[in-house]
Amino acid sequence: MTILVIAEHDNNALAPATLNTVAAAAKIGGDVHVLVAGQGASAVAEAAAKIAGVAKVLSADNAAYAHQLPENIAPLVAELGKGYSHILAAATSNGKNILPRVAAALDVDQISEIISVESADTFKRPIYAGNAIATVQSTASVKVITVRATGFDPVAAEGGSAAIEAVGAAHDAGISSFVNEELAKSDRPELTAAKIVVSGGRGMQNGDNFKHLYALADKLGAAVGASRAAVDAGFVPNDMQVGQTGKIVAPQLYIAVGISGAIQHLAGMKDSKVIVAINKDEEAPIFQVADYGLVADLFEAIPELEKLV
Amino acid sequence: MKILVPIKRVVDFNIKVRPKADGSGMDLDNVKMAINPFDEIAMEEAVRLKEQGKASEVIAVSCGTTLSQETLRTALALGADRAVLIESSEELQPLAVAKLLKALVDIEQPDLVILGKQAIDDDCNQTGQMLAALLDRPQGTYASKLAVDGEQLLVTREVDGGLETLRLALPAIITADLRLNEPRYVTLPNIMKAKKKPIQILTPAELNIDITPRLRTLKVSEPPVRPAGVKVPDVATLVAKLKHEAKVI
Repeated sequence: MTILVIAEHDNNALAPATLNTVAAAAKIGGDVHVLVAGQGASAVAEAAAKIAGVAKVLSADNAAYAHQLPENIAPLVAELGKGYSHILAAATSNGKNILPRVAAALDVDQISEIISVESADTFKRPIYAGNAIATVQSTASVKVITVRATGFDPVAAEGGSAAIEAVGAAHDAGISSFVNEELAKSDRPELTAAKIVVSGGRGMQNGDNFKHLYALADKLGAAVGASRAAVDAGFVPNDMQVGQTGKIVAPQLYIAVGISGAIQHLAGMKDSKVIVAINKDEEAPIFQVADYGLVADLFEAIPELEKLV
Repeated sequence: MKILVPIKRVVDFNIKVRPKADGSGMDLDNVKMAINPFDEIAMEEAVRLKEQGKASEVIAVSCGTTLSQETLRTALALGADRAVLIESSEELQPLAVAKLLKALVDIEQPDLVILGKQAIDDDCNQTGQMLAALLDRPQGTYASKLAVDGEQLLVTREVDGGLETLRLALPAIITADLRLNEPRYVTLPNIMKAKKKPIQILTPAELNIDITPRLRTLKVSEPPVRPAGVKVPDVATLVAKLKHEAKVI
C-alpha cells in the first residue's frame, strides 16, 4: 500500500493541517508520498521532505497550479493517484474543493472528514452536525479521503529526509482563472491550530465589543472565533466562524462568550478538551457541554477575566 | 440562461436527531423534514438571477423517494418554473447523485447549475464538485457572491483565510455558501401557484445510471458524551479552576 497525501500550502509555507493528514496516513499504514502542487513552491516541497515518515515528495511546479484551481489540480491528482491505494487531503477549503473532483474523475466514492482510521478500508466520520458518528467501509480501488485535522495528532515536522521528485505533467483546463483574494490579516494564532480559542456570539452586541475578546485572547495567546450569529450580524468576518459550516476546532481550552450553543455551533467545537461558557442566560444550551459555566454579564466578566489571567 | 438547482430533502436543521439503538442508522421516524438550508440559498440565487432578467428558466431537481415531491413543491413556491424528480427508494450517495444530475444536465443543457455547498444530514460536501468533474466544467464552490459577466461568471468564494474571487467560463457549477443571500419566505399565494406547476418524474433506470452504493455504512453510533460540567459562581473561581484543576492556562 502506498498513500498519496496532498500538501496544503500557499506556495510559501506548508500548512500545519498537512501534518495531521500525514498522521492519518501513518495510521492506515504503508509508504507515504506527499504531492506539492503549486507555483514556486520549492520551500514547501523541502518542508514536506522533512516531515517524519514521508518516503517521497512529488513536486508539480507549474503556473496552472498557482492558485489551487481544482479544474487543473484534480486531473493531476487523479492521474498520479491511479497508482496509489489511498489519496488523502486535509478537510480544508482547498481539500474539500479538490478531492471530490478527483474521486469522480477516478469513478470512486469519496469519504469526507474522517476522524479515525479503523483499518485500511474502514473509517469513522461525523454526520448530522456531529450528532452521530458513522463507521463506513469503502470497496473503492483507490480510497479518496479528506481528513479532519482535529481528529489526528500531528506528526513531527522534522526528522524525515525524503527525496523530492519533479512531476512534469501540466494540466491547464483553461476554463477558470484566479482574479483576486482578500485574506484576513491577523497576528494571533491560526484558529484551527490554536491551543486556546476565545469565541464571541450574538451576545457581543456589536463588532466594536469584540475588542474585549481580542484583549483577553492576546493575554492568553489565543485565537478568536465567532458563532454564525456574530458573522451574519457583521461583527466579524466569515473566516472566524466556528461550526458545522465554518471551521472545526479542538483546542485545549475553548471559551464561548455570549454564544447560546446551537447544534451547528457545537459541531465545530465540542471536541475541545475544556469548554468554558460565559452567558447571562442560565438556560442556554451551551452550558450542557461546558466543563465550567459562568452565568454572568460578559461585559463585566471578560474585563475581570482578562485582569486575572 | 437556463439554471438547474438540485435540492435535497433533509431533516429540519433545528431538530437534533439520534442514532437508532441498533446502530443501523438515524432515527428519522416522525421527524420534520425540510429543504436543505444551503439548497434554499441556491434556489434563491437562481430566482434572483431570473428576476434580474439574467435567467430565463429555473428548474428544480431532487433525487430521492416520492416524498421529495413535497420538497420540490417548496422549491416551486420559492420561484422555480418547473421541477424534476429522479425517483429512487434506494440510498443515494453523492457520486450516484452527481451521475443522475449529469444525465439530466445532458438532457436539459442548463448554462448554470447551483447547488448547496453541503447537505446537513450526511455533511459530505461532494456532489457539486463531482458533477463539475463529470461534466468537465469549472466549479465555484462556497460562493458568497455571483456576477454574470457575458459568457463568464465572477464568483467570490469563502475560503479558510478570507475571500477569493475566480472567473469561470459558462456553463459552470456553483455551490452556495451561507452568505450568498437570505432566502425569501414562501407565501401562501405562491404555495397555491406551485401546486399547478409541473413535476416531471424520471427514474435512474430511464437515465441508464447505476446507483449502487459504493460505500457501506457499518454502524451509526452516538458521539462520546461529555461528562457533566460545573457552574462556577464568579470569575476568580473560574480562573482558579482553569489554572489548578484543568491546568489549561
